[in-house]
Amino acid sequence: MFRSRALIAFLLGLLSSGVLLSGCTANGSLEEGTIELLNVSYDPTRELWKDINAVFTQRYREETGVPLKITQSHAASGSQARAIVDGLAADVATLSLWPDTDALRKNGLVQEGWEERLPNRSLPYTSTVVFLVRKGNPKGIQDWADLAKEGTVVVTPSPKTSGNGRMTFLAAWGSVVLNGGSETEAQEFVRRVYKNVAVLDTGARGSTATFAIKGIGDVLSTMESEAYLTLQETPGQFEIVYPSLSFLHEPPVAVVDSVVERKGTRAHAEKYLQFLYTREGQEIIAKHFFRPIDPEVAAAHREQFPELRLFPVTEVAADWNDAQQKFFADGGIFDQLYQPEARTAAR
Amino acid sequence: MKPDAARRRPGVGSGRPTEPAWGRRLLISLALSVLIVLVVIPVASVFGYAFSKGWDHYWNTLLRDPDTRHAMWLTLVVAPTSVLLNVVFGIAAAWALTRFEFRGRTLLTTFLDLPFAVSPVVAGLMFVLLFGATGVFGPQLQSWGVTIIFSTPGLILATTFVTLPFVARELIPVMQAIGPEEELAAITLGANGWQMFRRITLPNIKWGLLYGVILCNARAMGEYGAVYVVSGHISGQTDTLPLRVEKLLQEFDTAGSFAVASVLTFLALVTLIVKSFLEARTARDLEEAPADDAGLPPDDIEAPAASSEPASTSAAAITAAGI
Repeated sequence: MFRSRALIAFLLGLLSSGVLLSGCTANGSLEEGTIELLNVSYDPTRELWKDINAVFTQRYREETGVPLKITQSHAASGSQARAIVDGLAADVATLSLWPDTDALRKNGLVQEGWEERLPNRSLPYTSTVVFLVRKGNPKGIQDWADLAKEGTVVVTPSPKTSGNGRMTFLAAWGSVVLNGGSETEAQEFVRRVYKNVAVLDTGARGSTATFAIKGIGDVLSTMESEAYLTLQETPGQFEIVYPSLSFLHEPPVAVVDSVVERKGTRAHAEKYLQFLYTREGQEIIAKHFFRPIDPEVAAAHREQFPELRLFPVTEVAADWNDAQQKFFADGGIFDQLYQPEARTAAR
Repeated sequence: MKPDAARRRPGVGSGRPTEPAWGRRLLISLALSVLIVLVVIPVASVFGYAFSKGWDHYWNTLLRDPDTRHAMWLTLVVAPTSVLLNVVFGIAAAWALTRFEFRGRTLLTTFLDLPFAVSPVVAGLMFVLLFGATGVFGPQLQSWGVTIIFSTPGLILATTFVTLPFVARELIPVMQAIGPEEELAAITLGANGWQMFRRITLPNIKWGLLYGVILCNARAMGEYGAVYVVSGHISGQTDTLPLRVEKLLQEFDTAGSFAVASVLTFLALVTLIVKSFLEARTARDLEEAPADDAGLPPDDIEAPAASSEPASTSAAAITAAGI
C-alpha cells in the first residue's frame, strides 16, 4: 500500500531537486569575471548574430583579456521593443525599424541623439525586399506589376504585425508613386496585390514556411537575407527575382543606456556595436546576405547584391511614424484596402 | 458540465447492446479512424521527423546543443517548482473550501477556476504589466535588484498561474467525499494539526493528490503561451522546452525541433502510463471496498472537475470507500 510517508518524501524530493537545480542555474558554468551582454534583436538575424557573437567574443578576449558571453533574444521587432521597455535587460537593441528603437528613447531608455553615436546613422548594414519564386519562374514574375496580375498567388506576412510585411507593402506602394503614379493609382494597385495574397502570416519566418514547406503560392515577397537563406536550405527548388525598384531596409543598432548604466557594461556594449563596422564584421554581415555599408566589402560581394533602385521610407512618407500612421494604423490605408471577406469571395 | 453527470459511476450500462453487428462495427471503425488521424499519426510523425536525419543528429541535437540542454534543464526547474507550489496551495485551498463554511466560498471556488478561463497569453501579459519595468511593482523591484519578468522566477510564476486549478480541483471532490469525521475524531483523540494531516488527511487524499500532481506536471512542462510572453526569448537562458521547439523550427532545423518535441511527447506518454496505472489502482481498490461505502458522496458545493471527470470521480469514490 502506498504510504503517506513516501508521498511526503516524494514531494520533498521534488522541492529539493527544484531548489538544487535553480541553485545550479545561479552559479552556472561561467568563467570568473565573465561579462554578460544581451542583444535583443528581430527575427531573421539569428544566424547573423550567432556568427558575429562567436567571432567578436574571441577577438575581444584577444585584445582586452575580458571574457564575454553574449546572449541573443529574437522575436518580432515591435514586441521586442516593448519587452525592453517592460524590463528585458538588453545591453544593445538591434531592432528592425527606426520607430522601434526610437520607442526606447521615448521611454527614456536610450538617450537623445542615439542615431548619431555610431557611423552611418547607426546603420551597420541595410537590406531590401525581393521575390522568391519557384524554380524556372513558371509564372514569369519580374516586377511588382506581376504581383497584381489575376491568377498570381502571393505570400507575404501581414503589415499589421510584421516589419517585413510593412516593407513589402511600402515597396509595392513605391513602385507606383515613385514611377509617376498617383496615390489613388497606388491604392488600387496595392489592393490588387493583397487580393492575390493567399496567406497573411504574422511574421517573416511564418511566410517562408508557408511558401517553402507547405508549398503555397507562386511568389514570396520577403527580405533579401531570408530569400537567400531559403535558397540555402532548399537547394534547387526556388530562385530569387529582383524587382526594378524596392524598399531600403535600414535596421539601426543602439546601446541601451539605462541598462548598460545599471549593469556597468557600457564600454563592452559600445565595442560590440563598433565591431560591426570593422572589415571583419562587415564580411560576416555580407556572408549572411545583409548588405554591408563598407564600400570595399560591398564591392567584393557585388554579384550577391545586384544593384537596383532602393528607396528609403522618407520617399513615401515624412518618416516612419508618419508611414505607420498613414498606412498601418487601425483604419489606415492598409485596413481600407484589405478586406479578407472580399478576398475570399473573389477567389 | 453538471456535477451529477460527472459523478455517475462508469460502466453502469443498460444491459445488452441493441444495435446490429454492422452498426457497431461501423461506429467502432469510425471512432478508430478518427483516433488514428487525430492522435496516432501526429504522434508517430513527431518521432518520424525527429529521426529523419538519423540517430546521430537526434542525439547531437538533444545532448550537444547547449541551448537545448539548458532548455531541458530549465523545464526541469520550472515544472517541479510550479507543481510544488500548486501542491501546497491546492491542499490549502481544498481544505479551506471543504472543511469550512465562510462568506464568499463560492466566489473563491470561482476564482480557483479563473486560470482555466483566462487565455495563457493574457495571463503572461498580466504578469508583465504587474512586474515589468513599467508595471505596478516593477520599478520598486528593480530598485531592489530583483528581476521577475524575463527570468526564471517569471517563468515559474506564469506556469504556476496557468496550472493553478489542477491540484485543488482534484482534491475538492475527494475531500468532500471523505467528510471531516475522521479528522474530527483524530482531534478529539488528542492529535495535533500536523499529526492529523499526516495520519488521516494525507493517506485519504493521496491518490487524488498524486493524480493532480501528474496532470499539473504535464501541463507545466508543456506550457507555451504564458511562458512565451514572460520569457524574453533569451537563448540558453529563458527558453523552456516548448519554446525551444519553436525556435529550432524557425531556425530551419526541422529534425532538431522534432527531436526536442519527441522528448516532450515521450514525457506525455509517460504521464499517460502513470495516469492509467493510477486509474487501475483506484479501480482495484474500488472492487475490494465494501459496496455500501462506495455510494455517491453528499455534495453541496458545485465542483466541476475541469478536465478529468472520470478519474477524480473514481478517486473520490475510492478514497471514500478505501478508508
